Amino acid sequence: MTATVVTVTSGKGGVGKTTSVANIAVALASRGQKIVCIDGDIGLRNLDVVMGLENRIVYDLVDVVEGRCRLRQAMIRDKRLPDLYLIPAAQTRDKTAVSPSDMVRVCDELRPDVDWVFIDSPAGIERGFKNSIAAADRVIVMTNPEVSAVRDADRVVGLLEAEGKGPAALVINRLNLAMVKRGDMLSVEDVLDLLAIDLIGIVPEDENVIVASNRGQPLTLDSKSKAGQAFQNIARRLMGEQVPFLELETPGLLQRLLGRK
Amino acid sequence: MMEFLFGRKKSASSAKERLQLVLIHDRTDLTPAELEALKDDLIATISRHVDIDPMAVSINVAQDGRSNRLVADIPLRAASRRRAR
Repeated sequence: MTATVVTVTSGKGGVGKTTSVANIAVALASRGQKIVCIDGDIGLRNLDVVMGLENRIVYDLVDVVEGRCRLRQAMIRDKRLPDLYLIPAAQTRDKTAVSPSDMVRVCDELRPDVDWVFIDSPAGIERGFKNSIAAADRVIVMTNPEVSAVRDADRVVGLLEAEGKGPAALVINRLNLAMVKRGDMLSVEDVLDLLAIDLIGIVPEDENVIVASNRGQPLTLDSKSKAGQAFQNIARRLMGEQVPFLELETPGLLQRLLGRK
Repeated sequence: MMEFLFGRKKSASSAKERLQLVLIHDRTDLTPAELEALKDDLIATISRHVDIDPMAVSINVAQDGRSNRLVADIPLRAASRRRAR
């Protein structure tokens, strides 16, 4: 095996990076892929709670980097999927505890044993971001259809190009179809016009995402949810499958009057 | 026109228009004031060589995928008319 290292980043905080990493990882693992997630947000770790693994942490990424444990010891196995692992961030340290070359070293050590390494980047464009992209083979930039998130995504896409990490693939998260329909939210086409990068996923706004995070059980195992489906599709596209984007059109007025779906 | 027909402009189109401008400035480090200064310099330089109408000059930053280009449209005054004067 030679893993592909994927970093998920966004510039702006709160657009859904951590939730998406957890959900895409579960989707990949449920398709028989072996995957390790690394929480790159040292000092503000969160991937552990979203994945429901917070009670199993013994060692973290900084322990690995500083030689207090072996890499294997910091890898927490998921409760449901035996081929999914988490390397948590340290909570009591800051970004400077890890360097970009440390990240490259850790990822290189993981590469022969897994199919994917997913790195959840912290918000911002400083040290934590630089650490997170250092080892990346592919970068997913995540945004919401909002002015601040799109602007920050554009900045990050520019930085990635400058670092030779481009071209990034875009995920538009929390799209609210009803708002797009009435002209009160940027559409997928609008965001693509503005950012001019390739799309790899469209995730509709979905309450189930919060419910799943509450339980610490990423929702892609529940195929009924729209967002869960979208994350499954992203996983399939990462694996090289051609998957059409979710049907985002709501029925037209005539069709609604005729009672057809 | 759309605004006239439907009352207030939809917020998504304001968002897109505002972002288009902001992103040009973010990507190029060129503020509207700097663009005006550039335009004045260009007009002055070109006027030394050919006869142009400064009011007809348009200089804008156009988006082309992820790169931006400076597009200048500088109509020349007809040479024959100048000679006749």
